[in-house]
Amino acid sequence: MSQELKQTPLHALHAELGAKFVPFAGYDMPVQYPAGILKEHLATRASAGLFDVSHMGQVRLTGPDADVQLERLVPGDIVALQPGEMRYTMFTNERGGVLDDLMVTRRADDVFLVVNAGCKDADIALLRTALGEGAVDYQPDRALLALQGPGAVAALARLAPESAALGFMKAASVSIAGTAAWISRSGYTGEDGFEISLPGAAADAVARLLLAQPEVAPVGLGARDSLRLEAGLCLYGNDLTPDITPIEAGLTWTISKRRREGGGFPGDAVIQAQIANGPARRRVGIQPEGRAPARAHTAVLGGGEVIGEVTSGGFGPSAGGPVAMGYVARGFAKAGTAIELDIRGKRHAAAVVKLPFTPHRYAKQDLRST
Amino acid sequence: MSDIRFTKDHEWVRVEGDTATVGISEYAQEQLGDVVFVELPTVGADVEAGGDAAVVESVKAASEVYSPVSGRIVEINEDLEASPSLVNESAEDEGWFWRIELSDPDELDELMTAKDYKAFLEGLD
Repeated sequence: MSQELKQTPLHALHAELGAKFVPFAGYDMPVQYPAGILKEHLATRASAGLFDVSHMGQVRLTGPDADVQLERLVPGDIVALQPGEMRYTMFTNERGGVLDDLMVTRRADDVFLVVNAGCKDADIALLRTALGEGAVDYQPDRALLALQGPGAVAALARLAPESAALGFMKAASVSIAGTAAWISRSGYTGEDGFEISLPGAAADAVARLLLAQPEVAPVGLGARDSLRLEAGLCLYGNDLTPDITPIEAGLTWTISKRRREGGGFPGDAVIQAQIANGPARRRVGIQPEGRAPARAHTAVLGGGEVIGEVTSGGFGPSAGGPVAMGYVARGFAKAGTAIELDIRGKRHAAAVVKLPFTPHRYAKQDLRST
Repeated sequence: MSDIRFTKDHEWVRVEGDTATVGISEYAQEQLGDVVFVELPTVGADVEAGGDAAVVESVKAASEVYSPVSGRIVEINEDLEASPSLVNESAEDEGWFWRIELSDPDELDELMTAKDYKAFLEGLD
């Protein structure tokens, strides 16, 4: 069984650090280390955590009009990106549903994408169909590290001083102990931090250097999930699916005025209509009363009727109690609305709340709030 | 001297007279990781051996806890409400879940002794 799972270049290091592994998107990935999910989560918020996200797909798009071609697949404003700028967007389908969410960076010679592990094969096929085989360079030999938390900048700047000057959602090429790396001031925990793309062969050495910094602890996928949930960020497959539009998901801010007006991406008419008229359901934060966590697929009730469903939920270590996100019918989406959760057949009181559960602490302004 | 028995689902039961205390094993708490919530049965409820009686929630997931024996719930560990992490800290002692009045003490014979359970765990690796 485990022999069929792929391994990242850091697998041996994870094992050496005492990781517990779980299968995730075809990879044998560390879910936690001996400290445990709670401590790893809190260490990231207090100092810095190092995550292996090498299972995600790294793809270069080449050709003089790669930006224009990519805009045929996503509602994000790609053409406007200056070299070294990155943006969060999503591949959409004809219904306006989300096929994957991704990070796009314009670089000097290409457009660089980071896509979800579970979607990467489909994404690459989609890109090759739209842009042509030759324009799509999938880079399975590269590793990706995420260094997240308020101590991340001090730790990385010791190895690559220019990283300290990088603004939020900006990216640059740096050298880390002689390894050419591509770093961005970004991440998916709500904290300041970096994502570091580098050759797989150099990943182990660079990860060890980062872990040797006093701020940095190894963190697994378990805490990555609780961190992004508290930060109110969507998990593809839970909070975003081919049946959910970016507007329903509260991601309207990712679509610029030019693209809202001009369309030209799959599902544009559906998305434009939802922007104009409001969607029938919306993603909201859900604060359960009491201590019982509400997991994904928990039914949400309003006025005694089922009005939606939890799509991500659990225990928030920084919030100190249960936290959840889900979709509710229009009319119940306002912060402060009293709702109920059906947890194992019992009704539990809850309230719709503003996201995120823990304030974002990005390097500069918060681009994810609307 | 009290007698502790274990189930294949990693619950333990410690018998004192005609009542028994139930919890999850040290092995189970280690597998679950950080426990953040325990949903306990209602005092006075009747449970069957092998039936759902409680739910233990770790950061990762919710897991059912089955009653190792049949009987009536006579007490629950209210300390778990404020301190679910007692399950991690002291799974086979202070982190107990409920006490039950046994309706069929013979059921205990079908459970594993501490020695059997240890051998069972070794076989899982």
